[in-house]
Amino acid sequence: MEAFDTLIAVLDSTVRLSVPLLFAALAGLYSERSGVFDIGLEGKMLAGAFAAGAAAAVTGSAWAGLAAAVVVSVFFALAHGFASITHRGNQIVSGVAINFIAAGSTIILGQAWFSQGGRTPLLSAEGRFNALHLPFADAMRDIPIVGPIYSELLSGHSLLVYLAFLLVPFTWWALFRTRFGLRLRAVGENPAAVDTAGISVAWLRYRAVICTGVLTGLAGTYLALAQNAGFVKDMTAGRGFIALAALIFAKWKPVPVMFACLLFGFLDAFAIRIQGTPLPVIGRVPVQLMQALPYILTVVLLAGFIGRAIPPRAGGVPYVKER
Amino acid sequence: MSAPYAKLPAWADYGLIPLINLTVAFLVAGLVVLLVGENPFRAAAILIDGALGRGQGIAYTLYYATSFIFTGLAVAVAFHCSLFNIGGEGQAYVGGLGVALVALTFDQILPWWLTFPLAIIGAAVFGAAWAFIPAYLQAKRGSHIVITTIMFNFIAASLMIYLLVNVLKPATSQAPQTRTFLEGAHLPKLNWILEAVGLSVRSAPFNLTFLLALVAAFLVWVLIWRTKLGYEIRMRGHSPKAARYAGVSETRIIIVTMLVSGGLAGMMALNPIMGDQYRLHVDFVTGAGFVGIAVALMGRSHPAGIVPAAILFGMLYQGGAELAFEMPGISRDMIVIIQGLVIMFAGALEHMFRPSLQTLFASFSPRSVGAQPSEEGRA
Amino acid sequence: MAEAAIELAGINKRFGAVHANRDIDLKIEAGTIHGIIGENGAGKSTLMSIIYGFYQADSGEIRVGGNSVQIQSSSDAIALGIGMVHQHFMLVHNFTVLENVILGAESAPLLGTSIARARSELERLEREYGLEVDPEAIVEELPVGLQQRVEILKALYRGADILILDEPTGVLTPSEADHLFRILRQLKDEGKTIVLITHKLREIMAVTDNVSVMRQGAMVATRKTAETAVEELAELMVGRRVLLRVEKGEAKPGGFLLSVHNLTVRDSRGVTMVDNVSFDVRAGEIVGIAGVAGNGQSELLETITGIRKAVSGSVTLDGEPVDLTGEADPADLRRRGMAHVPEDRHHMGLVLPFEEGENAMLGYHRQEKYLKGPFLDIEAIRADARDKIEKYDIRPTDCRLKTANFSGGNQQKIVLAREMEQDPKVLIVGQPTRGVDVGAIEFIHKRLIDMRDQGKAVLLVSVELDEIRSLSDRILVMFAGRIVGERGPEASEGELGLLMAGVEEKEAAE
Repeated sequence: MEAFDTLIAVLDSTVRLSVPLLFAALAGLYSERSGVFDIGLEGKMLAGAFAAGAAAAVTGSAWAGLAAAVVVSVFFALAHGFASITHRGNQIVSGVAINFIAAGSTIILGQAWFSQGGRTPLLSAEGRFNALHLPFADAMRDIPIVGPIYSELLSGHSLLVYLAFLLVPFTWWALFRTRFGLRLRAVGENPAAVDTAGISVAWLRYRAVICTGVLTGLAGTYLALAQNAGFVKDMTAGRGFIALAALIFAKWKPVPVMFACLLFGFLDAFAIRIQGTPLPVIGRVPVQLMQALPYILTVVLLAGFIGRAIPPRAGGVPYVKER
Repeated sequence: MSAPYAKLPAWADYGLIPLINLTVAFLVAGLVVLLVGENPFRAAAILIDGALGRGQGIAYTLYYATSFIFTGLAVAVAFHCSLFNIGGEGQAYVGGLGVALVALTFDQILPWWLTFPLAIIGAAVFGAAWAFIPAYLQAKRGSHIVITTIMFNFIAASLMIYLLVNVLKPATSQAPQTRTFLEGAHLPKLNWILEAVGLSVRSAPFNLTFLLALVAAFLVWVLIWRTKLGYEIRMRGHSPKAARYAGVSETRIIIVTMLVSGGLAGMMALNPIMGDQYRLHVDFVTGAGFVGIAVALMGRSHPAGIVPAAILFGMLYQGGAELAFEMPGISRDMIVIIQGLVIMFAGALEHMFRPSLQTLFASFSPRSVGAQPSEEGRA
Repeated sequence: MAEAAIELAGINKRFGAVHANRDIDLKIEAGTIHGIIGENGAGKSTLMSIIYGFYQADSGEIRVGGNSVQIQSSSDAIALGIGMVHQHFMLVHNFTVLENVILGAESAPLLGTSIARARSELERLEREYGLEVDPEAIVEELPVGLQQRVEILKALYRGADILILDEPTGVLTPSEADHLFRILRQLKDEGKTIVLITHKLREIMAVTDNVSVMRQGAMVATRKTAETAVEELAELMVGRRVLLRVEKGEAKPGGFLLSVHNLTVRDSRGVTMVDNVSFDVRAGEIVGIAGVAGNGQSELLETITGIRKAVSGSVTLDGEPVDLTGEADPADLRRRGMAHVPEDRHHMGLVLPFEEGENAMLGYHRQEKYLKGPFLDIEAIRADARDKIEKYDIRPTDCRLKTANFSGGNQQKIVLAREMEQDPKVLIVGQPTRGVDVGAIEFIHKRLIDMRDQGKAVLLVSVELDEIRSLSDRILVMFAGRIVGERGPEASEGELGLLMAGVEEKEAAE
């Protein structure tokens, strides 16, 4: 029974840890599926987290925090669009730039506005997205097996957690069942086909990067207002890159993205849990190996040893009409 | 990197446009300073004074610049082959391992001037080794080198922490770092040079590695523009088709270029480890690998541009420290913003001002601007 | 005269220095199949892209159904009932047929209704025109012929009354092409207007009602197909260029230096580009390969020179086999005496951002005379470049200038100087005078004759028939990847033109 409780606890923290990855990876999915590579997920998420923390601290409202995060994240996404769509700049260079601008400005502005060493003030309950208790969660707690699964694993998360997982079927639906999704996928594969069909390539890609901005804003909001009680400097800590890895690992498909994020979240939760305790059979696994595993797995995948990750065909290439 | 744009006079291309881009980057940075509620001109004055006002500041500026020269050269060499090596950070980190292993082995038996060349080799070999796998995967299996080098940065960080905590840390120590090296692995300081011209330096980590960086800059220039290998690197960078035609193996040139690039990034580790800290510790690279991207873009991948660009960033780092002291609202992270803005405006938005500039030039003298004669584009 | 579906008046379009369309007037009658014929680069595709809103004309007027219209984008063209089947299909490779058909023409924000509507509409089109294709198939898994059908369906689905097809048979087998023509006739019977762009005379004669001929950006003639003949069209298409006189004596052919046997090459899509080709080139002769661009000449050259991989067949260079696995080292072939002036000067033959001197040794840069150990011997490289500049009269004379700043003719001289000065046994030359000014053409031709007279084996590929005729000692004609005939230099332009246009030998003889 104790093992079962441990399992539930690990899975519970898996869910929590995978949520920011899921938001960010889905964010990247919209942009990259439209042919705009985005290694600036990290920066946009960070900027979003800061905006959420700052606005929530000032207004006392979590919703105001969320709105600010989305606005700021979208602004950064539009900057990436401006460079890579309008000016046909190098998408990698632009993404790197955005990561730095976000990393620096969140600390500078945080320090200037709140003077807490780059943090935003600790938030009270109103300023955060708190755990929601599903109906009967308490009543069911004592039922064996089902009880803990329902009341520990499924219940007791913030609204954003449920939103993140709802976004998976939504993204699938948007991508494969709507006009917008059809065009988005088309423009990432063959922008000339979209152009000759009488659709503006630039506007379509701009809409895609706006989606990316909204979702990285949600990722940041979750970090600052649900997982923590405010913004802490550098709080994304590479999650934007793990999300990118998850996106590649999932071959740019929404449902596999969820599983990849859960896998990477699980590795993280597991690493925290075992903290140096030796495992049966394998013995002691260095925690650093667990942390590096998402990246190692992604490289192995990219190398084509376990399936092949083929990016959208027009990805990374600015669209210029041939002549 | 061919640009589908009409021609401008060379001085506009190589002077005016980069200058405009940089100016815009700094103007935007000034806006951030305003937003923080400080006076950007006063901030700039403090920054410049902090970086260049006293001998101490200059020595620190050059110490930082030393690291950035190496990482800037690393990015630039890869750029010449049209490869984007974002992995300088990880390659420098692993390069540090090479330095530390050499230093820990020989510091008791050799004088510094014998340890140093061995450490250079150690740094370069370890840095190059870390670049090898992404290079091989790009050359042989087409794995996007941007993504693999990013991943390798994180893998390097995990690997190095593991080694520091579990292998390299002396049993008696708590902190994840090696033991302090003995004299045999201490590089001499160069502060006397500044003192010789009448400046006073209390204590600064400005050390011999700076001269090595200058030598490396010169050697990179020789490599790229004066050797057969460099000629082939540039050929592949400008036109893979021409390289194929000329019998240059794509696989070989990608791998060799990345080995050189990784080696240069690895050599960055000499500066903080043997020149300042005398031990290997966690996070000693502190973003220098990434600064290299800004430095290479700003220096237009030419050593003659990279050295001044690295010194400018050295000034920003040193002056930024002073600035943080004088203006509590502005910490050294201001530099990270400037770095990002430079990458944005000198890199991704490189051509933003070009069309308007062309119009401007055309209105002065219509003959100076014209589409390049091209007969290939007819449909 | 019947009512005009499209009328063009005074259309001009320039790309930089290139005048792609000059003062084009054209009237396309409604309910007809109108052919537009001309060589590659004559400006046909540009003109059609203007009608389809992909480019905007610099000046001129377009009238559709009698009304003057502005076509700013493809969506304007679609709204006017114009559909286009591009030479390179505008399909999303990993989409289904249905998805490709509705892309941009979805009836609602949700796909469900669009797909249902498209499915029934496709069924109707299938019934009416025999345009059968599985709507659920993934496009990239379909053969090219069916992919093209998807393009036609796309246009019809959007309600196109005027259908433009740009070189539609380039990727089709003859039977697929015949099927396409049946569909086109049927569309015409339904009242659609078809514009067929091609460089193949056979197709023009087979399906069109009217035909317009373009040459060097201009519309040179329009005829009723029934009232013209292949010979006339061939002449209009190729034009009576000023025949450049090249002084040359008799060839004195020696031993075989280059032999190609049963060579077959496929491109990355698996389409056969070179089809069982065999020929020899002897010392002291120029063998010219004539043909309209895109009939496999480029692939042939790249395979012989070791850049591209062959499916089967062999090539021998002075008796020794050439590695055709695609892994060949072109540098090794150079050492063995094969020099190559590639067709694509800008991306293959030269590195435009390089200094002139650096290009003057491209491919030969491993030779000792350019090196001091691993270092470039800059002085030697520049001296060598200056030497070539003088010998080949390359201007400007500064070997440190960026190659991009040289004119087309001088750029070509840089390549020729480099390859000829190596004293090769075999010289492979692709399009030696493309984009080259008249003065340089004469110089280049003289040099090629000199090479022949020095006993080199010269293989010349050119789309300029004059050039082939005035330089070659033997002429091979390439069509659809095959050598369809061999003629002497005395062969008439008309005779060669027919072969180039794919008219069978026996037909041509009649």
